[in-house]
Amino acid sequence: MDALILQIMNGLDKGAAYALIALGLTLAFGTLGVVNFAHGALFMLGAFCAVTLHKLLTLETVRIDPTQTTPWGSPLEIRTPFVQDLLGDWGRFLIDLSVPVSILLAIPVMLLIGVVLERGLIRFFYKRPHADQILVTFGLAIVLQEIVKQIFGANPIPQTAPEIFSGSLSLTETIVYPYWRIVYLVFSLAVIGAVFAFLQLTTFGMVVRAGMQDRETVGLLGINVERRFTIVFGIAAIVAGVAGVMYTPILPPDYHMGMDFLVMSFVVVVVGGMGSLPGAVLAGFLLGIVQSFASMNEVKALIPGIDQIIIYLVAVAVLLVRPRGLMGRKGVMES
Amino acid sequence: MKHASKLADFALLIGFAVMVALGPVIFEPIGAGYPDLLQKFAIYGIFAIGFNILFGLTGYLSFGHAAFLGVGSYAAVWSFKLVSMDLVPAILLAVLFAGILALAIGYVSLRRSGIYFSILTLAFAQMCYNMAYSVLTPITNGETGLRVLRDDPRVVDAVFGYVSPAPSLFGLQMTGWAGYYVCGAVLVAAFGLSIAVFRSPFGMTLRAIKSNQKRMGFTGYNTRPFLLTAFIISGMYAGLAGALLAAVDPLAGAERMQWTASGEVVLMTILGGAGTLLGPVVGTGMIKYFENIFSSYNDVQLAAIFSFLPDDLRDNVVSVLGMFVGEGWALTLGLLFMLVVIFLPGGIMEGVMRLLRLKHTPKVKSLGDSPQRDAIGESVIEDMPPDDHTSRTRESAKAMRETAS
Repeated sequence: MDALILQIMNGLDKGAAYALIALGLTLAFGTLGVVNFAHGALFMLGAFCAVTLHKLLTLETVRIDPTQTTPWGSPLEIRTPFVQDLLGDWGRFLIDLSVPVSILLAIPVMLLIGVVLERGLIRFFYKRPHADQILVTFGLAIVLQEIVKQIFGANPIPQTAPEIFSGSLSLTETIVYPYWRIVYLVFSLAVIGAVFAFLQLTTFGMVVRAGMQDRETVGLLGINVERRFTIVFGIAAIVAGVAGVMYTPILPPDYHMGMDFLVMSFVVVVVGGMGSLPGAVLAGFLLGIVQSFASMNEVKALIPGIDQIIIYLVAVAVLLVRPRGLMGRKGVMES
Repeated sequence: MKHASKLADFALLIGFAVMVALGPVIFEPIGAGYPDLLQKFAIYGIFAIGFNILFGLTGYLSFGHAAFLGVGSYAAVWSFKLVSMDLVPAILLAVLFAGILALAIGYVSLRRSGIYFSILTLAFAQMCYNMAYSVLTPITNGETGLRVLRDDPRVVDAVFGYVSPAPSLFGLQMTGWAGYYVCGAVLVAAFGLSIAVFRSPFGMTLRAIKSNQKRMGFTGYNTRPFLLTAFIISGMYAGLAGALLAAVDPLAGAERMQWTASGEVVLMTILGGAGTLLGPVVGTGMIKYFENIFSSYNDVQLAAIFSFLPDDLRDNVVSVLGMFVGEGWALTLGLLFMLVVIFLPGGIMEGVMRLLRLKHTPKVKSLGDSPQRDAIGESVIEDMPPDDHTSRTRESAKAMRETAS
């Protein structure tokens, strides 16, 4: 029983990441009608925002202390991050919190990247076949991840969670759950809630939803749909970016993490139903939990290797039974 | 629909065979006239030709073709281990297994079209890749890669007392020039088969599916068996290429199945020109040639090349260009990918066609193949003078088609 609860909690966590990426993917797809193969790269860029900020904050000043020596006899070098010199204890606090603070960096950066991408590249592809859209964003994903590889190297760069969240919650003897994962879960629920609230409760969101349903009519009403959709693409980039930032303590970011998540989140989108936001979130959590269950030792003993392929099997089963996905609408992407 | 005559097709095939035969001479001036590289051209050319039968004719963009290449490689290596060191059983087994896998994947993936299809094939390929590294390690030998050992039980070889240290074709080694000509012969055969497919009623049906699948349904065609056949054929081509790869380098690893490999064959095909006969081969040649050149450079060599520049400027130039060569080849590849899709969606072949059309009357078309978007417009294009009208007529034909769909 304990193992079961633990797996559900693990699954929620992974599912939260899937759901966030799939949500952004669906946002971009539902508004602009573009399948963005570079969305995983945006997730990765978000993660590297955290890496960058951490690097900036831990830039050190080196001072040689002649009074002390190292065990090798040379003068001791005292390295202090300059933020700490500058701000004292508050600086140390800032370094400790570098991952959550990175969100503040990631939001403007990702918004900028998203808007530039949409205006500079993707808007020229609305009228082109879907194959071209896939290909150009695929090329973009390669370019982005190769640039990151050249700057940060090929090895994963581990990030630490803030100290107050570094422990684990132990409910019982066997259920031990790291605090940071709870933070991630709450955070992603908050982001998902915010996106839905934005779409449902604001005038801007209402126009966007109307545009998703019937772009032409909204345009005829004298509303500049295109500009709003650009902003929505930026928001999708932000969602992917902050999902990446917060995921860094769980998975050390490397340059190809985006592609790994992208394939999964495409499966999530297909299972949830292309163009359906609730479907994307539901399928994200569902597949996350299913995957966790499949990686339980009891299940693996029964069917070896099931944890590697369960997601694809579920996807195939869903598509065979419900070709439009769990919550797909009729007429979306059917031509 | 008017088409290139049988004679022209035959001439194209003969010309192609002569090109392959003279490959060493032709590629000598650009520094590519050595067997290893030419062999790569040939093998990946087969891969791209097969991919083109699916993507070029039906428009279904598969993002998981590397899975078939990988399965072909594994099957071939197992054949080298268990059956014989000879190439023939290896190729047969590789094609068979790739075909079976294509049947399974295609059966499910082809239930959806467009983006769904691309995503499904990508997901299946990733699944195969993951499995090769985990569950299937007894078969694939995981990260180490599957290799041929001296004391493997080669059943057929044992019966005939045939001993060969490396994969061979009836005693002909697969390395050096002999290896190139074996691969080249297979390439010519594969090319001939693809001409046959393009010209056959089956090929026409596939093109019709590409231009308007719905209308095909209305006319009473069940399109799925045709699509599935095309998918299996192109999977078998990939398996064939995989077998040849394994023969050249009998160490099969799962990295051949990665999504980057799938992306590369897509790039080769669209760079050359999807839907044209020669395009995929031309694209393959370009990519493999540039890969070879770019990845062999390093910063020191770059510095030597730009030694005529002032020191400061040279260092800057070298550090910028250094991003694109050596390890950075993947970056160049990605950029190339984007540039081709943005500016030349019809590929090199379309570019060549456009240039030719500027000079001559459209007679030239029979030499190569009809351009990609010719579904309805072709007869119109042939009758029109080769000026602006052509593009306009095509536009209107396209518009008509869209209204119809």
